[in-house]
Amino acid sequence: MRTIRIGSGAGYSGDRIEPAVELAEKGDIHYLVFECLGERTVALAQQARMKNPDSGYDPLLEERIRAVLPTCASKGIKIVTNMGAANPVAAARKTAEIARSLGLASLKIAAIIGDDVLDACKDGDLKIMELDGTIKQLGNRLLSANAYLGAEPIAEALSGGADVVITGRASDPALFLATMIHAFGWAMDDWNLLGQGTVAGHLLECAGQITGGYFADPGYKDIPDLARLGFPIGEVGEDGSLVITKVAGSGGAVTAQTCKEQLLYEVHDPTKYIQPDVVADFSQVKVEEIAPNRVRVSGGRGTAHTGTLKVSVGYVDSCIGEGQISYAGPGAVARGRLALDIVRERLKLTGVAASELRFDLIGVDSLHGTNLAAHANEPYEVRIRVTGRTENLREAVRIGNEVETLYTNGPAAGGGVFKSARDVVAVASVLLPRELAGPRVHFVGM
Amino acid sequence: MKLREIAHSRTGDKGNTSNISVIAYHEKHYPLLREQVTSARVRAHFAGVVEGEVVRYELPNIAALNFVMTQTLGGGVTRSLALDAHGKSLSSALLDLEIEDDLSA
Repeated sequence: MRTIRIGSGAGYSGDRIEPAVELAEKGDIHYLVFECLGERTVALAQQARMKNPDSGYDPLLEERIRAVLPTCASKGIKIVTNMGAANPVAAARKTAEIARSLGLASLKIAAIIGDDVLDACKDGDLKIMELDGTIKQLGNRLLSANAYLGAEPIAEALSGGADVVITGRASDPALFLATMIHAFGWAMDDWNLLGQGTVAGHLLECAGQITGGYFADPGYKDIPDLARLGFPIGEVGEDGSLVITKVAGSGGAVTAQTCKEQLLYEVHDPTKYIQPDVVADFSQVKVEEIAPNRVRVSGGRGTAHTGTLKVSVGYVDSCIGEGQISYAGPGAVARGRLALDIVRERLKLTGVAASELRFDLIGVDSLHGTNLAAHANEPYEVRIRVTGRTENLREAVRIGNEVETLYTNGPAAGGGVFKSARDVVAVASVLLPRELAGPRVHFVGM
Repeated sequence: MKLREIAHSRTGDKGNTSNISVIAYHEKHYPLLREQVTSARVRAHFAGVVEGEVVRYELPNIAALNFVMTQTLGGGVTRSLALDAHGKSLSSALLDLEIEDDLSA
């Protein structure tokens, strides 16, 4: 039976670089996938593109591509990534330029376009899932609308001979599923195979989160050598069989436990993990350690895809102002609480226009609120944090300023003020009839 | 004993919804999880954190439960005022849940 080995080279845009180099050099892989596109990244990248038409792709693209391209080219490893963000064509051109500069001008670079569905969404005036109202009601606050594309155009690009495929918004598991569809010729209506392939993609998409990252808990769940965490490899057979492993000698661990945690990561109803290509069913999945750092995952299934694609809509939401200051030693918590009371009253007295305010005592109740923190011991030091939502930056700045004035006007011995004010680009979702998105493959640099 | 002694856990986020897995270290403890880690108890444990509902899904093949908690992440990860906007630290809070183990093997 034919088997492919797929390496996962990044789990988010800022992820470590050298684990991907290790995968390319020592992983004996056929494909290297970089998942780098967070929920609101495309909206932020769209803002960058509006200022400069040649930008709008992942800022680390050059560093990542340069680090792995020579090895990938010499070994024939194909690269798939969503680092195109809001401008996959510019990202592909940049990649072609990097390839030429490395003496690799013969590489074929493809961009996947068509995820930008802003016009179709406006025309349809679609309902926003998280908010009351439709997309038109966002008015000029609307920045971007990008559909989560499926695996098909990526597989088409690979079949067209692409050495590097760069997408914008695409479903994260689909980046991986595409390599399986291309390698094995899986039918796009073989729902059980697509479901099991989605299990593989889902397990791999967060890179280090299945090899021991986001997992260690000393004394309960110990993981060796997290500073040298190895990124995962999926060994996928043409029948959908799957083993998760990593480069021998790298840090971290692949165990049944790490695989189970990642299987349910960001999953709601496990029988309906909705993807562009399939509705995957994780409920019958089995996880089995077959050797050290080798875990077999089987039983993923699927049913037909829905008639819609999820679209991530980026919009200008509000502004957030923030201020922090620390107190320590005897009475630290009491002084922190006094400081919060003072700022609360000051924001009222001076009429700061905030639609939402939050007062936290970091070290006591900032993560889980006052109920869960009620029986905790008193810490040696605390940090107060005041945040508020405002309509404009001028108001947001006033929140941090009020915290700063605690230096000379607040409780004794407050130190280490930090303040910030920022615009908030948020995302919401709409569902677009799938025939309204028209993904296409675009080869560059030849 | 604490839930932490028999189960491990991971939090994920989508918009304003958080999901927390609770996975038995040993299959024999799965019935205990099913009996005692109910959606009502999880809802009560996270009073003041979860504003919406808590739905529980069962995965007997991997001896795990999955809790989906709506209106939990300060209006959504991308706009929340919270320090931990993703709610990544919530799994540790759930492992502090008290479990009665007198009937287990």
